[in-house]
Amino acid sequence: MIVFDRVSKIYPDSSVALNEVSLSIEPNEFISIVGPSGAGKTTLLKLFLAEEKPTDGAVYYESANIHTLNRKEIDAFRRRVGMVFQDFRLLLNKTVYENIAFTMEAAGRTDEEVESDVPHVLELVDLTPKIWNFPRELSGGEQQRVAIARALVNEPDIIIADEPTGNLDPANTYDIVQILKKINNLGTTVILATHNKGIIDLLQRRVVAMERGRVVRDDRAGKYFV
Amino acid sequence: MTRKQIFWTKLKRILRTGFFNFWRDSTVTLASVLMMMVTLLVIGLISFSSAILDTTLTELKNKIDINVTFITSANEKDILDIKHTIESLPEVLLVTYVSRDEALALFKARHSGDQSILSALDELGENPLGAVLNIRARDPSQYASVAEFLESGDALSSGGLTIIDRINYFQNKAAIDKLARIIASADRLGFALAFFFAIISVLIAFNTIRLTIYLARDEISVMRLVGASTTYIRGPFVVVGIIYGVVAGLLTLFLLLPLTYWLGSTTESFFIGFNIFSYYLRHFLEIAFIVMVSGVFIGALSSALAIRKYLKI
Repeated sequence: MIVFDRVSKIYPDSSVALNEVSLSIEPNEFISIVGPSGAGKTTLLKLFLAEEKPTDGAVYYESANIHTLNRKEIDAFRRRVGMVFQDFRLLLNKTVYENIAFTMEAAGRTDEEVESDVPHVLELVDLTPKIWNFPRELSGGEQQRVAIARALVNEPDIIIADEPTGNLDPANTYDIVQILKKINNLGTTVILATHNKGIIDLLQRRVVAMERGRVVRDDRAGKYFV
Repeated sequence: MTRKQIFWTKLKRILRTGFFNFWRDSTVTLASVLMMMVTLLVIGLISFSSAILDTTLTELKNKIDINVTFITSANEKDILDIKHTIESLPEVLLVTYVSRDEALALFKARHSGDQSILSALDELGENPLGAVLNIRARDPSQYASVAEFLESGDALSSGGLTIIDRINYFQNKAAIDKLARIIASADRLGFALAFFFAIISVLIAFNTIRLTIYLARDEISVMRLVGASTTYIRGPFVVVGIIYGVVAGLLTLFLLLPLTYWLGSTTESFFIGFNIFSYYLRHFLEIAFIVMVSGVFIGALSSALAIRKYLKI
Protein backbone atom coordinates (compact mmCIF):
# COMPACT_ATOMS: atom_id res chain seq x y z
CA MET A 1 0.00 0.00 0.00
CA ILE A 2 1.16 3.51 -0.86
CA VAL A 3 0.39 6.40 1.46
CA PHE A 4 1.02 10.11 0.92
CA ASP A 5 0.67 11.70 4.35
CA ARG A 6 0.11 15.49 4.27
CA VAL A 7 2.86 15.90 1.72
CA SER A 8 3.98 19.38 0.68
CA LYS A 9 6.64 20.33 -1.81
CA ILE A 10 7.89 23.88 -2.15
CA TYR A 11 10.66 24.41 -4.71
CA PRO A 12 13.61 26.76 -4.02
CA ASP A 13 11.93 29.50 -6.11
CA SER A 14 9.05 29.37 -3.55
CA SER A 15 6.59 27.85 -6.01
CA VAL A 16 4.26 25.45 -4.22
CA ALA A 17 4.01 22.21 -6.21
CA LEU A 18 2.13 20.20 -3.58
CA ASN A 19 0.12 21.50 -0.66
CA GLU A 20 -0.64 18.97 2.11
CA VAL A 21 -1.65 16.16 -0.18
CA SER A 22 -2.96 13.01 1.53
CA LEU A 23 -3.71 9.98 -0.56
CA SER A 24 -3.64 6.22 -0.19
CA ILE A 25 -3.41 3.65 -2.97
CA GLU A 26 -4.30 -0.01 -2.41
CA PRO A 27 -2.43 -2.91 -3.99
CA ASN A 28 -3.74 -3.89 -7.48
CA GLU A 29 -5.50 -0.57 -7.91
CA PHE A 30 -5.56 1.29 -11.24
CA ILE A 31 -5.53 4.96 -10.31
CA SER A 32 -5.47 7.92 -12.66
CA ILE A 33 -4.19 11.26 -11.50
CA VAL A 34 -5.57 14.06 -13.62
CA GLY A 35 -5.27 17.79 -13.73
CA PRO A 36 -3.92 20.63 -15.84
CA SER A 37 -0.19 21.22 -16.34
CA GLY A 38 1.38 22.49 -13.12
CA ALA A 39 -1.23 20.79 -10.92
CA GLY A 40 1.48 18.73 -9.20
CA LYS A 41 0.98 15.31 -10.84
CA THR A 42 4.60 14.81 -11.89
CA THR A 43 5.91 16.14 -8.54
CA LEU A 44 3.72 13.58 -6.77
CA LEU A 45 5.27 10.76 -8.82
CA LYS A 46 8.80 12.12 -8.37
CA LEU A 47 8.31 12.13 -4.61
CA PHE A 48 7.16 8.53 -4.74
CA LEU A 49 10.28 7.52 -6.70
CA ALA A 50 12.56 9.40 -4.28
CA GLU A 51 13.71 11.67 -7.12
CA GLU A 52 12.63 14.60 -4.96
CA LYS A 53 12.32 15.05 -1.19
CA PRO A 54 9.12 16.47 0.33
CA THR A 55 9.33 19.81 2.13
CA ASP A 56 6.86 18.47 4.66
CA GLY A 57 4.97 15.23 5.27
CA ALA A 58 5.97 11.68 4.33
CA VAL A 59 5.48 9.07 1.63
CA TYR A 60 5.18 5.42 2.70
CA TYR A 61 5.41 2.22 0.73
CA GLU A 62 4.48 -0.89 2.70
CA SER A 63 4.94 1.12 5.91
CA ALA A 64 8.51 2.23 5.03
CA ASN A 65 9.14 5.95 4.69
CA ILE A 66 10.66 6.22 1.22
CA HIS A 67 12.71 9.29 2.05
CA THR A 68 14.56 7.69 4.92
CA LEU A 69 15.86 4.80 2.78
CA ASN A 70 19.58 4.63 2.07
CA ARG A 71 21.12 4.43 -1.43
CA LYS A 72 20.96 0.62 -1.64
CA GLU A 73 17.40 0.49 -0.36
CA ILE A 74 16.32 3.15 -2.86
CA ASP A 75 17.87 1.13 -5.71
CA ALA A 76 16.11 -2.02 -4.49
CA PHE A 77 12.81 -0.16 -4.09
CA ARG A 78 13.02 1.30 -7.61
CA ARG A 79 13.50 -2.18 -9.03
CA ARG A 80 10.01 -3.00 -7.69
CA VAL A 81 8.54 -0.07 -9.62
CA GLY A 82 8.22 0.04 -13.41
CA MET A 83 8.24 3.48 -15.01
CA VAL A 84 6.86 4.81 -18.28
CA PHE A 85 7.43 8.44 -19.29
CA GLN A 86 5.94 10.74 -21.90
CA ASP A 87 9.36 11.08 -23.61
CA PHE A 88 10.03 7.31 -23.39
CA ARG A 89 13.53 7.81 -21.91
CA LEU A 90 15.11 4.82 -23.60
CA LEU A 91 18.89 4.34 -23.64
CA LEU A 92 19.63 5.63 -27.13
CA ASN A 93 22.84 3.75 -27.85
CA LYS A 94 21.35 0.41 -26.86
CA THR A 95 19.13 -1.84 -28.96
CA VAL A 96 15.57 -2.72 -27.93
CA TYR A 97 16.89 -6.00 -26.52
CA GLU A 98 19.68 -4.27 -24.57
CA ASN A 99 17.33 -1.62 -23.18
CA ILE A 100 15.20 -4.27 -21.58
CA ALA A 101 18.13 -6.50 -20.68
CA PHE A 102 19.78 -3.55 -18.87
CA THR A 103 16.90 -3.31 -16.40
CA MET A 104 17.09 -7.03 -15.72
CA GLU A 105 20.87 -6.97 -15.35
CA ALA A 106 20.61 -4.00 -12.99
CA ALA A 107 18.27 -6.12 -10.87
CA GLY A 108 20.92 -8.86 -10.74
CA ARG A 109 19.10 -11.39 -12.92
CA THR A 110 21.08 -14.21 -14.55
CA ASP A 111 22.05 -14.33 -18.24
CA GLU A 112 19.66 -17.24 -18.78
CA GLU A 113 16.74 -15.29 -17.32
CA VAL A 114 17.61 -12.28 -19.50
CA GLU A 115 17.79 -14.43 -22.64
CA SER A 116 14.42 -16.04 -22.01
CA ASP A 117 12.45 -13.10 -20.55
CA VAL A 118 13.36 -10.31 -22.98
CA PRO A 119 11.85 -11.98 -26.09
CA HIS A 120 8.85 -12.99 -24.00
CA VAL A 121 8.06 -9.47 -22.80
CA LEU A 122 8.57 -8.07 -26.31
CA GLU A 123 6.03 -10.56 -27.56
CA LEU A 124 3.64 -9.21 -24.94
CA VAL A 125 3.89 -5.67 -26.40
CA ASP A 126 3.97 -7.02 -29.95
CA LEU A 127 7.50 -5.82 -30.84
CA THR A 128 9.35 -9.07 -31.54
CA PRO A 129 10.43 -8.04 -35.08
CA LYS A 130 12.15 -4.90 -33.72
CA ILE A 131 14.27 -6.67 -31.12
CA TRP A 132 17.65 -5.62 -32.64
CA ASN A 133 16.63 -2.09 -33.66
CA PHE A 134 17.88 1.07 -31.96
CA PRO A 135 15.30 3.48 -30.48
CA ARG A 136 15.93 6.06 -33.25
CA GLU A 137 14.70 3.48 -35.77
CA LEU A 138 11.31 3.12 -34.05
CA SER A 139 8.10 5.17 -34.18
CA GLY A 140 6.83 6.97 -31.04
CA GLY A 141 4.26 4.24 -30.36
CA GLU A 142 6.89 1.53 -30.73
CA GLN A 143 9.30 3.34 -28.44
CA GLN A 144 6.60 3.65 -25.79
CA ARG A 145 5.91 -0.06 -26.08
CA VAL A 146 9.61 -0.76 -25.51
CA ALA A 147 9.41 1.46 -22.44
CA ILE A 148 6.41 -0.52 -21.18
CA ALA A 149 8.21 -3.81 -21.84
CA ARG A 150 11.17 -2.47 -19.86
CA ALA A 151 8.88 -1.44 -17.02
CA LEU A 152 7.23 -4.86 -16.99
CA VAL A 153 10.16 -7.20 -17.32
CA ASN A 154 11.15 -7.30 -13.66
CA GLU A 155 7.53 -8.08 -12.72
CA PRO A 156 7.17 -4.93 -10.62
CA ASP A 157 4.60 -4.42 -7.89
CA ILE A 158 3.72 -1.01 -9.29
CA ILE A 159 3.77 0.62 -12.72
CA ILE A 160 3.98 4.39 -12.86
CA ALA A 161 3.04 6.01 -16.14
CA ASP A 162 3.58 9.78 -16.44
CA GLU A 163 1.64 11.05 -19.48
CA PRO A 164 2.54 7.89 -21.41
CA THR A 165 0.34 8.84 -24.33
CA GLY A 166 1.28 12.51 -24.47
CA ASN A 167 3.35 12.09 -27.64
CA LEU A 168 1.17 9.46 -29.33
CA ASP A 169 -1.68 9.46 -31.86
CA PRO A 170 -5.14 8.15 -30.85
CA ALA A 171 -4.57 4.62 -32.20
CA ASN A 172 -1.30 4.21 -30.29
CA THR A 173 -2.88 5.82 -27.22
CA TYR A 174 -5.63 3.21 -27.28
CA ASP A 175 -3.07 0.39 -27.57
CA ILE A 176 -1.02 1.67 -24.63
CA VAL A 177 -4.10 2.01 -22.43
CA GLN A 178 -5.14 -1.55 -23.27
CA ILE A 179 -1.67 -2.81 -22.36
CA LEU A 180 -1.79 -0.94 -19.03
CA LYS A 181 -5.22 -2.44 -18.29
CA LYS A 182 -3.92 -5.91 -19.08
CA ILE A 183 -0.97 -5.37 -16.72
CA ASN A 184 -3.35 -4.25 -13.98
CA ASN A 185 -5.56 -7.29 -14.51
CA LEU A 186 -2.49 -9.46 -13.94
CA GLY A 187 -2.21 -8.00 -10.43
CA THR A 188 0.09 -4.96 -10.77
CA THR A 189 -0.81 -1.57 -9.26
CA VAL A 190 -0.92 1.09 -11.98
CA ILE A 191 -0.58 4.81 -11.31
CA LEU A 192 -1.31 6.86 -14.40
CA ALA A 193 -0.83 10.61 -14.60
CA THR A 194 -2.53 12.19 -17.59
CA HIS A 195 -4.61 15.05 -18.87
CA ASN A 196 -6.11 13.04 -21.66
CA LYS A 197 -9.86 13.04 -21.04
CA GLY A 198 -10.49 10.20 -23.50
CA ILE A 199 -8.30 7.79 -21.56
CA ILE A 200 -10.08 8.38 -18.27
CA ASP A 201 -13.49 7.90 -19.80
CA LEU A 202 -12.26 4.72 -21.42
CA LEU A 203 -10.86 3.29 -18.19
CA GLN A 204 -13.76 3.74 -15.77
CA ARG A 205 -11.41 3.39 -12.80
CA ARG A 206 -10.48 5.53 -9.77
CA VAL A 207 -9.66 9.15 -10.67
CA VAL A 208 -7.85 11.62 -8.43
CA ALA A 209 -8.12 15.19 -9.69
CA MET A 210 -5.47 17.73 -8.72
CA GLU A 211 -5.37 21.48 -9.02
CA ARG A 212 -2.68 23.89 -7.88
CA GLY A 213 -0.97 21.30 -5.70
CA ARG A 214 -4.08 19.99 -3.97
CA VAL A 215 -6.33 16.96 -4.42
CA VAL A 216 -9.71 18.44 -5.35
CA ARG A 217 -11.62 15.23 -6.09
CA ASP A 218 -11.22 11.48 -5.58
CA ASP A 219 -13.74 9.32 -7.47
CA ARG A 220 -13.82 5.55 -7.27
CA ALA A 221 -14.98 5.13 -10.90
CA GLY A 222 -14.62 8.61 -12.12
CA LYS A 223 -14.82 10.65 -15.19
CA TYR A 224 -12.51 13.46 -16.21
CA PHE A 225 -14.07 16.82 -15.53
CA VAL A 226 -11.40 19.09 -14.14
CA MET B 1 24.23 -17.47 -7.90
CA THR B 2 27.15 -17.46 -5.48
CA ARG B 3 28.85 -14.18 -4.55
CA LYS B 4 31.75 -15.08 -6.83
CA GLN B 5 29.45 -15.76 -9.78
CA ILE B 6 27.61 -12.50 -9.14
CA PHE B 7 30.92 -10.63 -9.15
CA TRP B 8 32.10 -12.15 -12.45
CA THR B 9 28.73 -11.69 -14.14
CA LYS B 10 28.69 -8.05 -13.06
CA LEU B 11 32.27 -7.48 -14.22
CA LYS B 12 31.56 -9.12 -17.57
CA ARG B 13 28.48 -6.94 -18.09
CA ILE B 14 30.32 -3.74 -17.13
CA LEU B 15 33.19 -4.51 -19.53
CA ARG B 16 30.82 -5.46 -22.35
CA THR B 17 28.72 -2.31 -21.90
CA GLY B 18 31.90 -0.20 -21.79
CA PHE B 19 33.20 -1.68 -25.04
CA PHE B 20 29.84 -1.22 -26.76
CA ASN B 21 29.59 2.40 -25.63
CA PHE B 22 33.12 3.09 -26.85
CA TRP B 23 32.36 1.55 -30.22
CA ARG B 24 28.89 2.99 -30.79
CA ASP B 25 29.43 6.62 -29.78
CA SER B 26 31.90 7.06 -32.61
CA THR B 27 31.86 10.88 -32.74
CA VAL B 28 32.29 11.26 -29.00
CA THR B 29 34.94 8.55 -29.01
CA LEU B 30 36.91 10.23 -31.80
CA ALA B 31 36.83 13.63 -30.08
CA SER B 32 37.83 12.19 -26.71
CA VAL B 33 40.65 10.07 -28.10
CA LEU B 34 42.06 13.03 -30.04
CA MET B 35 41.98 15.31 -27.00
CA MET B 36 43.54 12.62 -24.87
CA MET B 37 46.27 12.20 -27.49
CA VAL B 38 47.15 15.88 -27.17
CA THR B 39 47.51 15.40 -23.42
CA LEU B 40 49.63 12.28 -23.75
CA LEU B 41 51.77 13.88 -26.44
CA VAL B 42 52.50 16.75 -24.05
CA ILE B 43 53.37 14.28 -21.30
CA GLY B 44 55.60 12.31 -23.71
CA LEU B 45 57.38 15.46 -24.90
CA ILE B 46 57.90 16.56 -21.30
CA SER B 47 59.78 13.35 -20.59
CA PHE B 48 61.92 14.14 -23.67
CA SER B 49 62.55 17.71 -22.63
CA SER B 50 63.92 16.67 -19.25
CA ALA B 51 66.24 14.21 -21.02
CA ILE B 52 67.34 16.90 -23.47
CA LEU B 53 68.05 19.27 -20.61
CA ASP B 54 69.95 16.64 -18.67
CA THR B 55 72.13 15.62 -21.60
CA THR B 56 72.83 19.21 -22.59
CA LEU B 57 73.75 20.15 -19.04
CA THR B 58 76.06 17.16 -18.70
CA GLU B 59 77.71 18.07 -21.98
CA LEU B 60 78.13 21.69 -20.89
CA LYS B 61 79.52 20.67 -17.52
CA ASN B 62 82.07 18.46 -19.28
CA LYS B 63 83.23 21.45 -21.25
CA ILE B 64 84.16 23.43 -18.15
CA ASP B 65 87.70 22.94 -16.84
CA ILE B 66 90.69 24.78 -15.34
CA ASN B 67 94.01 25.04 -17.06
CA VAL B 68 97.09 25.61 -14.91
CA THR B 69 99.99 26.78 -17.10
CA PHE B 70 103.52 26.42 -15.70
CA ILE B 71 106.52 28.55 -16.39
CA THR B 72 108.79 27.21 -19.11
CA SER B 73 111.64 26.53 -16.69
CA ALA B 74 109.48 24.32 -14.46
CA ASN B 75 110.79 20.89 -13.77
CA GLU B 76 108.59 18.02 -15.06
CA LYS B 77 108.96 16.09 -11.78
CA ASP B 78 107.65 19.07 -9.78
CA ILE B 79 104.70 19.38 -12.11
CA LEU B 80 103.86 15.68 -11.76
CA ASP B 81 104.10 16.05 -7.95
CA ILE B 82 101.58 18.87 -8.14
CA LYS B 83 99.38 16.76 -10.40
CA HIS B 84 99.43 14.06 -7.78
CA THR B 85 98.46 16.52 -5.01
CA ILE B 86 95.57 17.93 -7.03
CA GLU B 87 94.30 14.45 -7.85
CA SER B 88 93.95 13.73 -4.17
CA LEU B 89 91.40 16.55 -3.75
CA PRO B 90 87.86 15.17 -3.34
CA GLU B 91 86.35 17.77 -5.70
CA VAL B 92 88.62 16.82 -8.57
CA LEU B 93 87.44 14.29 -11.12
CA LEU B 94 90.35 14.18 -13.53
CA VAL B 95 93.74 15.85 -14.04
CA THR B 96 95.46 15.62 -17.41
CA TYR B 97 99.11 16.54 -17.94
CA VAL B 98 100.10 18.23 -21.19
CA SER B 99 103.90 18.46 -21.55
CA ARG B 100 105.62 21.45 -23.21
CA ASP B 101 106.20 19.48 -26.41
CA GLU B 102 102.59 18.34 -26.53
CA ALA B 103 101.43 21.88 -25.88
CA LEU B 104 103.53 23.09 -28.80
CA ALA B 105 102.22 20.36 -31.08
CA LEU B 106 98.63 21.23 -30.11
CA PHE B 107 99.31 24.92 -30.70
CA LYS B 108 100.76 24.24 -34.11
CA ALA B 109 97.88 21.98 -35.03
CA ARG B 110 95.40 24.64 -33.93
CA HIS B 111 97.07 27.34 -36.03
CA SER B 112 98.04 25.13 -38.93
CA GLY B 113 96.30 27.49 -41.36
CA ASP B 114 97.95 30.63 -40.03
CA GLN B 115 101.35 30.93 -41.64
CA SER B 116 102.38 34.17 -39.89
CA ILE B 117 102.00 32.64 -36.42
CA LEU B 118 103.88 29.53 -37.41
CA SER B 119 106.78 31.52 -38.87
CA ALA B 120 106.91 33.75 -35.81
CA LEU B 121 107.20 30.59 -33.73
CA ASP B 122 110.08 29.35 -35.88
CA GLU B 123 111.90 32.66 -35.49
CA LEU B 124 111.76 32.31 -31.71
CA GLY B 125 113.85 29.19 -32.02
CA GLU B 126 112.74 27.69 -28.73
CA ASN B 127 109.43 26.44 -27.34
CA PRO B 128 107.72 29.41 -25.65
CA LEU B 129 104.91 27.32 -24.18
CA GLY B 130 104.78 26.00 -20.64
CA ALA B 131 103.41 22.62 -19.61
CA VAL B 132 99.72 22.54 -18.66
CA LEU B 133 97.62 20.67 -16.12
CA ASN B 134 94.03 20.39 -17.20
CA ILE B 135 91.73 19.95 -14.19
CA ARG B 136 88.14 18.80 -14.32
CA ALA B 137 85.94 19.03 -11.21
CA ARG B 138 83.03 16.78 -10.37
CA ASP B 139 80.63 19.73 -10.39
CA PRO B 140 80.91 23.25 -11.92
CA SER B 141 80.33 24.87 -8.51
CA GLN B 142 83.49 23.23 -7.14
CA TYR B 143 85.91 25.05 -9.45
CA ALA B 144 86.14 27.98 -7.07
CA SER B 145 87.52 25.89 -4.21
CA VAL B 146 89.91 24.07 -6.54
CA ALA B 147 91.21 27.40 -7.84
CA GLU B 148 91.60 28.78 -4.32
CA PHE B 149 93.61 25.74 -3.36
CA LEU B 150 95.91 26.26 -6.34
CA GLU B 151 96.39 29.93 -5.48
CA SER B 152 97.24 29.43 -1.85
CA GLY B 153 98.97 26.05 -1.67
CA ASP B 154 102.70 26.01 -0.82
CA ALA B 155 102.69 22.61 -2.41
CA LEU B 156 102.57 24.34 -5.72
CA SER B 157 105.91 25.98 -5.46
CA SER B 158 109.34 24.59 -5.78
CA GLY B 159 112.00 25.95 -3.41
CA GLY B 160 109.90 28.94 -2.36
CA LEU B 161 109.41 30.14 -5.95
CA THR B 162 106.10 29.57 -7.63
CA ILE B 163 106.34 27.62 -10.87
CA ILE B 164 102.78 28.48 -11.93
CA ASP B 165 102.59 31.00 -14.73
CA ARG B 166 98.80 31.46 -14.71
CA ILE B 167 95.51 29.81 -13.84
CA ASN B 168 92.84 30.48 -16.42
CA TYR B 169 90.03 29.97 -13.89
CA PHE B 170 90.14 33.61 -12.89
CA GLN B 171 89.76 34.73 -16.49
CA ASN B 172 86.96 32.22 -17.02
CA LYS B 173 85.39 32.67 -13.61
CA ALA B 174 82.66 35.05 -14.76
CA ALA B 175 81.67 32.79 -17.63
CA ILE B 176 81.74 29.69 -15.44
CA ASP B 177 79.64 31.33 -12.73
CA LYS B 178 77.11 32.49 -15.27
CA LEU B 179 76.87 29.06 -16.81
CA ALA B 180 76.40 27.45 -13.41
CA ARG B 181 73.55 29.86 -12.70
CA ILE B 182 71.95 29.29 -16.10
CA ILE B 183 72.15 25.54 -15.59
CA ALA B 184 70.47 25.76 -12.21
CA SER B 185 67.67 28.05 -13.38
CA ALA B 186 67.09 26.11 -16.61
CA ASP B 187 66.57 23.08 -14.44
CA ARG B 188 64.01 24.89 -12.31
CA LEU B 189 62.27 26.62 -15.21
CA GLY B 190 62.09 23.37 -17.17
CA PHE B 191 60.44 21.63 -14.28
CA ALA B 192 57.96 24.46 -13.70
CA LEU B 193 57.03 24.63 -17.40
CA ALA B 194 56.63 20.87 -17.64
CA PHE B 195 54.43 20.86 -14.57
CA PHE B 196 52.33 23.74 -15.93
CA PHE B 197 51.77 22.09 -19.33
CA ALA B 198 51.03 18.75 -17.74
CA ILE B 199 48.34 20.32 -15.53
CA ILE B 200 46.76 22.22 -18.43
CA SER B 201 46.63 19.19 -20.68
CA VAL B 202 45.22 16.97 -17.94
CA LEU B 203 42.49 19.57 -17.38
CA ILE B 204 41.68 19.57 -21.10
CA ALA B 205 41.35 15.78 -21.11
CA PHE B 206 39.27 15.90 -17.95
CA ASN B 207 36.88 18.45 -19.44
CA THR B 208 36.47 16.49 -22.65
CA ILE B 209 35.48 13.40 -20.71
CA ARG B 210 33.24 15.51 -18.52
CA LEU B 211 31.44 16.68 -21.68
CA THR B 212 30.92 13.11 -22.88
CA ILE B 213 29.36 12.24 -19.54
CA TYR B 214 27.28 15.41 -19.63
CA LEU B 215 25.89 14.18 -22.97
CA ALA B 216 24.89 10.92 -21.28
CA ARG B 217 23.26 12.58 -18.23
CA ASP B 218 19.69 11.67 -19.27
CA GLU B 219 20.67 8.07 -19.75
CA ILE B 220 22.35 8.06 -16.35
CA SER B 221 19.15 9.34 -14.75
CA VAL B 222 17.15 6.59 -16.48
CA MET B 223 19.61 4.00 -15.20
CA ARG B 224 19.19 5.42 -11.72
CA LEU B 225 15.39 5.27 -11.98
CA VAL B 226 15.33 1.62 -13.03
CA GLY B 227 17.27 0.91 -9.84
CA ALA B 228 20.77 0.26 -11.23
CA SER B 229 23.43 0.41 -8.52
CA THR B 230 26.13 3.07 -8.49
CA THR B 231 28.86 0.60 -9.50
CA TYR B 232 26.75 -0.75 -12.31
CA ILE B 233 26.17 2.73 -13.77
CA ARG B 234 29.65 4.11 -13.17
CA GLY B 235 31.55 0.96 -14.21
CA PRO B 236 31.00 1.17 -17.98
CA PHE B 237 31.91 4.88 -18.02
CA VAL B 238 35.18 4.16 -16.23
CA VAL B 239 35.82 1.32 -18.70
CA VAL B 240 35.25 3.72 -21.60
CA GLY B 241 37.64 6.22 -19.96
CA ILE B 242 40.29 3.50 -19.68
CA ILE B 243 39.80 2.50 -23.33
CA TYR B 244 40.19 6.17 -24.36
CA GLY B 245 43.46 6.19 -22.44
CA VAL B 246 44.76 2.95 -23.95
CA VAL B 247 43.82 3.82 -27.54
CA ALA B 248 45.11 7.40 -27.25
CA GLY B 249 48.30 6.08 -25.59
CA LEU B 250 49.00 3.59 -28.40
CA LEU B 251 48.31 6.20 -31.07
CA THR B 252 50.57 8.69 -29.28
CA LEU B 253 53.45 6.19 -29.05
CA PHE B 254 53.03 5.43 -32.73
CA LEU B 255 52.85 9.12 -33.68
CA LEU B 256 56.03 9.85 -31.72
CA LEU B 257 58.03 7.61 -34.10
CA PRO B 258 57.81 9.82 -37.23
CA LEU B 259 57.75 12.96 -35.08
CA THR B 260 61.01 12.20 -33.27
CA TYR B 261 62.56 10.86 -36.49
CA TRP B 262 61.79 14.16 -38.18
CA LEU B 263 63.16 16.15 -35.22
CA GLY B 264 66.16 13.85 -34.77
CA SER B 265 68.83 15.64 -36.82
CA THR B 266 67.66 19.08 -35.68
CA THR B 267 67.96 18.15 -32.02
CA GLU B 268 71.31 16.51 -32.63
CA SER B 269 72.91 19.70 -33.95
CA PHE B 270 71.10 22.01 -31.53
CA PHE B 271 71.47 20.10 -28.26
CA ILE B 272 75.08 18.91 -28.47
CA GLY B 273 74.73 15.35 -29.72
CA PHE B 274 71.28 14.60 -28.36
CA ASN B 275 69.27 12.71 -30.98
CA ILE B 276 65.63 12.60 -29.88
CA PHE B 277 64.81 9.68 -32.19
CA SER B 278 67.53 7.40 -30.90
CA TYR B 279 66.67 8.48 -27.35
CA TYR B 280 63.04 7.47 -28.01
CA LEU B 281 64.05 4.06 -29.34
CA ARG B 282 66.47 3.46 -26.47
CA HIS B 283 63.96 4.47 -23.79
CA PHE B 284 60.84 3.19 -25.56
CA LEU B 285 59.63 0.93 -22.73
CA GLU B 286 60.09 3.67 -20.14
CA ILE B 287 58.21 6.27 -22.23
CA ALA B 288 55.52 3.76 -23.23
CA PHE B 289 54.97 3.00 -19.55
CA ILE B 290 54.65 6.70 -18.63
CA VAL B 291 52.27 7.45 -21.54
CA MET B 292 50.05 4.38 -21.09
CA VAL B 293 49.78 4.69 -17.32
CA SER B 294 49.00 8.42 -17.60
CA GLY B 295 46.34 7.68 -20.25
CA VAL B 296 44.61 4.98 -18.24
CA PHE B 297 44.84 6.96 -15.03
CA ILE B 298 43.51 10.22 -16.54
CA GLY B 299 40.74 8.38 -18.41
CA ALA B 300 39.51 6.35 -15.46
CA LEU B 301 39.78 9.14 -12.89
CA SER B 302 38.13 11.76 -15.13
CA SER B 303 35.16 9.46 -15.78
CA ALA B 304 34.80 8.47 -12.17
CA LEU B 305 34.91 12.11 -11.00
CA ALA B 306 32.74 13.56 -13.76
CA ILE B 307 29.91 11.07 -13.31
CA ARG B 308 29.51 11.69 -9.57
CA LYS B 309 27.33 14.75 -10.10
CA TYR B 310 24.77 12.81 -12.16
CA LEU B 311 24.50 9.89 -9.77
CA LYS B 312 22.83 11.92 -7.06
CA ILE B 313 19.25 11.25 -8.22
